[in-house]
Amino acid sequence: MSNDSNTSNATLPRNEWPLWEVFVRSKAGLDHKHCGSLHAPDSAMAIQLARDVYTRRQEGTSVWVVRSEHIVASDPGDKDMYFDPMEDKVYRHPSFYKLPDSVDHM
Amino acid sequence: MTTPSITVSSDPQLQYLLRLADTCLIHAQRLAEWCGHAPVLEEDIALTNLSLDLIGQSRALYSHAATVEQRLTGVARDEDAYAFLREERDYRNPTLVELPLRRGISGPAEDFAGTVLRNLLVATLLKQVWEALSAPGGTADAELAAIAAKSLKEARYHQQHSADWVVRLGDGTEESARRLRDALQRQWPYVAELFESDATDAAAAAAGLGPRMADLRAAWEAEIGAVFTAAGLTRPKSTPFRSTGRQGVHSEHMGFLLAEMQSLQRAYPGGVW
Repeated sequence: MSNDSNTSNATLPRNEWPLWEVFVRSKAGLDHKHCGSLHAPDSAMAIQLARDVYTRRQEGTSVWVVRSEHIVASDPGDKDMYFDPMEDKVYRHPSFYKLPDSVDHM
Repeated sequence: MTTPSITVSSDPQLQYLLRLADTCLIHAQRLAEWCGHAPVLEEDIALTNLSLDLIGQSRALYSHAATVEQRLTGVARDEDAYAFLREERDYRNPTLVELPLRRGISGPAEDFAGTVLRNLLVATLLKQVWEALSAPGGTADAELAAIAAKSLKEARYHQQHSADWVVRLGDGTEESARRLRDALQRQWPYVAELFESDATDAAAAAAGLGPRMADLRAAWEAEIGAVFTAAGLTRPKSTPFRSTGRQGVHSEHMGFLLAEMQSLQRAYPGGVW
């Protein structure tokens, strides 16, 4: 249990467990979807607790967990720079093509 | 006015089923004491989940027992009658599972270490039982084999989760290891009863219903021993003490547990959600 390379607790207070993000795949072939987070002492226990917290109503066939601190997020302050310029560029959507009738589900 | 108690047949086949069902139900009732009180939210949900799994297993077994008893005596009952309308002496769970976890008669009972240890001892036993019953030729009772196959999936998780906790606490801080060792000293004397042979056990085995509990001891000891080694625990020495819950002679704690568990059904006969 202690040889868990995904767990570095050096920066945490001794009475707190690290936070984990939980991703659940609901059916084979679908993506794992983020469904929430939980506290757990290490990766093995995080998987077990994810089973109890997030898949107790048959939600899943597979679970991923990752330490929340390993997720790098964009800065909300950079939203203008990152995302707003896309608003007026509808031509980036593939909506100007005529599809042949035989193509049903695009 | 309260609902009168039922008296069940002493047929060994029925008693064998009720011993299993009562073990699941009473263990579940004790685990449920943690609901809203576990050290962290995640484990609170986990313990309650285990409890619900066990209640599901006991329901299946009580329903099956009802079919068996109706065949034997012609009396028709449902699962609630077995769970809520028997007298203390008619419950056949081993004493270990009725000992308080959170709330004793006069103050705290087990701590979290004692809870995960109890869970390990019981889950490992139930896992062995379900494995034996779901194996080919494990029981002549097809319904029991089906219940066992379904329950085995749950018991495997219960065993792994509790074993992981025992190793973490045993291999954790000085305090967690001490609490776990103390819990083991308190609970181990009640282990002997789990594997005692008696006429009910022998008759059920002879009829091909399922294994004698004594037959499961070696595998149980091996599995528990591996966890104890990883947790740095020493298996305590056996003591001459024998608890007698499976004979219907319970500890002083059982009456309090039943009073709480049965009060609703007794006060509101046939009450449903």
